[in-house]
Amino acid sequence: MADRRYTKTHEWVAVDGKHATIGITDFAQSQLGDVVFLELPSTGRKLAARESFGVVESVKAASDLYSPVAGRITAVNEKLAAKPELINSDPYGEGWILKLDLDGDLPPDLLDEAAYKKVAEESSH
Amino acid sequence: MVDFGGWEMPQQYTSIRDEHLAVRNVAGLFDVSHMGRFRVAGDSLEFLQHLVTNDLSQLGPGQAQYNLLLNEEGGIVDDLVVYHGEEGFFVVVNASNREKDLGWFREHAPSGLEVEDRTFELALIAFQGPRAQELLPAEGLDGLAYFGFRRGGVAGVRALISRTGYTGEDGFEVFVNSDRVVEVWDAILARGKDAGVLPAGLGARDATRLEAALRLWGNDMDETVNPYEAGLGWTVKLDKGDFIGRGALVKVKAEGPRRKLVGLKLEPGSIARHGAAVSSGGKKAGVITSGTHSFFLGYPIALAMVEAASLRVGDTVGVEVRGREAPAEVVKLPFYRGSAHSAAAPTRS
Repeated sequence: MADRRYTKTHEWVAVDGKHATIGITDFAQSQLGDVVFLELPSTGRKLAARESFGVVESVKAASDLYSPVAGRITAVNEKLAAKPELINSDPYGEGWILKLDLDGDLPPDLLDEAAYKKVAEESSH
Repeated sequence: MVDFGGWEMPQQYTSIRDEHLAVRNVAGLFDVSHMGRFRVAGDSLEFLQHLVTNDLSQLGPGQAQYNLLLNEEGGIVDDLVVYHGEEGFFVVVNASNREKDLGWFREHAPSGLEVEDRTFELALIAFQGPRAQELLPAEGLDGLAYFGFRRGGVAGVRALISRTGYTGEDGFEVFVNSDRVVEVWDAILARGKDAGVLPAGLGARDATRLEAALRLWGNDMDETVNPYEAGLGWTVKLDKGDFIGRGALVKVKAEGPRRKLVGLKLEPGSIARHGAAVSSGGKKAGVITSGTHSFFLGYPIALAMVEAASLRVGDTVGVEVRGREAPAEVVKLPFYRGSAHSAAAPTRS
């Protein structure tokens, strides 16, 4: 997954041409604890970069989800409705949240793996 | 790891869900060494009777009792379990209140009576679940009544074994010298491994106590809440003689409490959080004191402190969840009755 990028708000985005898949990071899921519910948008909706598109609710807290990129939603992971714990068990795989058709260029402030690691380390103190 | 009353404790060892279900289906092992433990040596019955709400004269050696400490206004300073030992009494209090409570006991103790803080020498672990008796490596548990305790060996280490807990399940709290507790902890987990026993953290502890509707000091009650409002009137024995707060409670009882704790059931995904507003018929009716998602029941549950006259079981109220109003149903407490032998259980409400 060389092309996976991250945000300071702990989302990830994997880009394949004009298509993007987004989710929350392993660090985010470990901080949230057991996820019990996600409030997610419908397909077709257009998102701006950094726009809040939903909520992830864990036993501990409710946290807003922000889109790392701009685009139109083409798919929402429907498995999460019945199995929100996929966010915990496989955050970069089966726990993906949305697929988007990208709109324009990627935001310049997306982080690579090394830069995100630093952000995560700082947030865990 | 999270800070809890000054102690660094795990929210979960692996997963809150797995640990919670282990407690309900098999047994889970909690480290509750953060709870404060004081020894009150000597002839202390009269002194303690004056401090707590329940009637300690009912308590023989080897018996424990759930109790409250009140201030003069009838507000709850803390909840605690009082143990009648062979050589005097000892008490277990909330971690967050340990220093306050120790001061409270010492301030009210007659001269010459010593209240000793034993929290650091003595570890406390809780083994809770329907199979706890079968799986605890100790002998003769059969004859131990609910809220009874006695000396014994756990995994070959000298311990005090008490049939008490904070989950609604049958189970034991084991007091053991701090320098031997790791041995005992490991032995219990090793013995229970194949049966599905798991170490359980604060998340599972909060979920199981809430399902059993066991109140948490600081959430569901504090110094501004009296026992009748908290649904703990059964711990108050007004006819046992005078005690701190009695005068205020006599008045509350005569007038009827203005507020009460009720149980709420919410729709999946709507977790009511501590402090969220509760409304009824468009008007503010109270506030959420504790709330979580119950993995065991499959829906979110909450306790709310509401105006006493306003709500009945079966009513629908609104709860503020993520800035919107989510519907909730008033339900009977406890949300779940576990395997605890409820003869003298603090689970009634």
